Amino acid sequence: MQNRGYFNQFGGAFIPEILVPTFDQLEAAYLEAKADPAFWQEYVDLMSTYSCRATPITYAENLSRHFGGAQIYIKREDLNHTGAHKANNVMGQGLLTKRMGKKRVIAETGAGQHGVATATMAAKFGFDCTIYMGAVDVARQRPNVFWMEQMGATVVPVEDGSATLKDAINEAFRDWVTNMDDTHYVLGTACGPYPFPEMVSWFQSIIGSEAREQMLARQGRLPNRVYACVGGGSNAMGLFSGFMTDTEVELVGVEAGGRGKGIGEHAARLAYDDATIGVAQGYKTYFLQNNNGQMMDTHSVSAGLDYVGVSPILADLHDTGRVRFEAATDDEVVAAMQLVVQKEGLIPALESSHAFAQAFKEAPAMGKDEIILINQSGRADKDIFTVADAIDDPKWREFIITKADQYRARAAAEGGVE
Amino acid sequence: MLEQYIKQRLQHKDLLLMTHIVLGYPSYDDAMRLVEGMVEAGVDLMELQIPFSEPMADGPVILKANAQALKAGATMEKSLRMAEQITAAFDIPFLFMTYYNILFKYGVSDFVAKMQAIGIKGAIIPDLPPEEGSEYLQAMQKHGLDPVHIFTPNSSMARKQQLNKHTSGFMYTVARKGVTGKDTQFGDELGDYLLDCRQATDLPLALGFGVKSKADYEFIRGKADVAIIGSEAIRVMEDHGVDAVGPFIRSIIT
Repeated sequence: MQNRGYFNQFGGAFIPEILVPTFDQLEAAYLEAKADPAFWQEYVDLMSTYSCRATPITYAENLSRHFGGAQIYIKREDLNHTGAHKANNVMGQGLLTKRMGKKRVIAETGAGQHGVATATMAAKFGFDCTIYMGAVDVARQRPNVFWMEQMGATVVPVEDGSATLKDAINEAFRDWVTNMDDTHYVLGTACGPYPFPEMVSWFQSIIGSEAREQMLARQGRLPNRVYACVGGGSNAMGLFSGFMTDTEVELVGVEAGGRGKGIGEHAARLAYDDATIGVAQGYKTYFLQNNNGQMMDTHSVSAGLDYVGVSPILADLHDTGRVRFEAATDDEVVAAMQLVVQKEGLIPALESSHAFAQAFKEAPAMGKDEIILINQSGRADKDIFTVADAIDDPKWREFIITKADQYRARAAAEGGVE
Repeated sequence: MLEQYIKQRLQHKDLLLMTHIVLGYPSYDDAMRLVEGMVEAGVDLMELQIPFSEPMADGPVILKANAQALKAGATMEKSLRMAEQITAAFDIPFLFMTYYNILFKYGVSDFVAKMQAIGIKGAIIPDLPPEEGSEYLQAMQKHGLDPVHIFTPNSSMARKQQLNKHTSGFMYTVARKGVTGKDTQFGDELGDYLLDCRQATDLPLALGFGVKSKADYEFIRGKADVAIIGSEAIRVMEDHGVDAVGPFIRSIIT
């Protein structure tokens, strides 16, 4: 590779020797595509015909009035095909996969959004597709697993380690070190070895460049504060990149506060003090690890933020102070989501609801002439089981019981399960 | 140091054997018995793996061994203490095999100094390419220890030559793509690849990944200098107990 992808001390490419030529090829394809304006045009055309770009910005009039402070605007990444910003990265990498002449894609997935997006891309471009997903996540995100399989992807539940996102990433790498000749690994977030953090952020920058233009066209000015949730960090990098050089715009990344401070209780690498710098999964960043360098379990109500590491680019922006990091707890997040549903009729994913929760803490203290912009990175259809549990909805419970009874009766009639 | 040791041994026999254990798996006491059985059976060198929670380059057997060791309470302190006991008790060279975060969190220079202090002769760090390893490589050189790198079937001649510059002791050559412990086809292609490796380095060649049987071992004779058995010995221990490993090793080398 020509570069190593460092953002001050963070980043790098700590890759097994067998993948060195594969990364040489990927870097070359990425740099070539980046230097080719026709590639970006092809990407924008694809996203405006296959997905829903440009996604709009919605003025949240009722929420703004409710808090009585800043004017609240929402960037609607939930309106992408498959319901999240993940489509941006996946379609971009799909175009690169075609350029490299590869026929198979693999991906890790946490919440399942990246897996579904990758499966749609593979179906559209005619690639074989295998998705690695932690067994814990397979259990809590069945609707996404259902769609991946419908689209022809093979979903492999990963039982190792904590059986969540990081373990799915390890397993995807194990596949890649075997099958690199015909396979591209569509890493789902702005993490991993160079060039992934930079490349994924580049595809996601379409969010920020649209948002900046839209705010100027609509309000004639930039927002005062911009909020995005941070798991691996790709939706945040996407939105923030539009405002990075506008130093008057404050950028706020919101991590999963889970059940609060203390290792094992959350997935806040930057907002809390529990993470330290380390090297794993091919890159250097802040990890939730112990003194021996072993990765620790994380917790979040949202599978998509439940991850031990964070984008090396965001780690650097944390240390330089360009981005402020906060954490929202599970309870705050569920409450914020319910409020958005009730006040605006929008359905933010639990991941995205972290950004809303933090914005809601800060909006009342801001002036009515101030503007905040929140990234609704995805929609919550996939979270219906988790949310119904969190708010303990009796009618939903009744529905599931009835449905289960029907399945049981059918299985009994077929002479199968008891 | 390892280079001289290997070359001396090669004057008496034409193929050496290196094995691999995971410190703390299935327990520290059993791992010690495992080392004893292997050394008595005639193993020439051994890799001691310090367990890591994210062993990206390892296949199912060693992956599980890492996870189980950690679950059973393996720590850095205990692993280092046990390595010190092993090097004191047995008269063959031992290397550390682990992932970079283990060194990084300990402090790379401190870790290398500690290796020397406890009698470890070299290290294999599969997720640390030389481009990221300047502190490690300098410390290894300063302490007279051998950093071992990996040749793969995907490595170009230029890459092999570059790796050779940063390597001492011996070169670890992997027989195929993929992770540790899966099946390997031992055939003509592998022979050609090893000839290719010889062109790129004067160091002894050790061949690993998928070496399981006497037949594999015999295939390697005359092509590489050291055969590496990793996952298979662990599999034998899991299936037949710690005491079965010595006889398994003996059945391969005699």
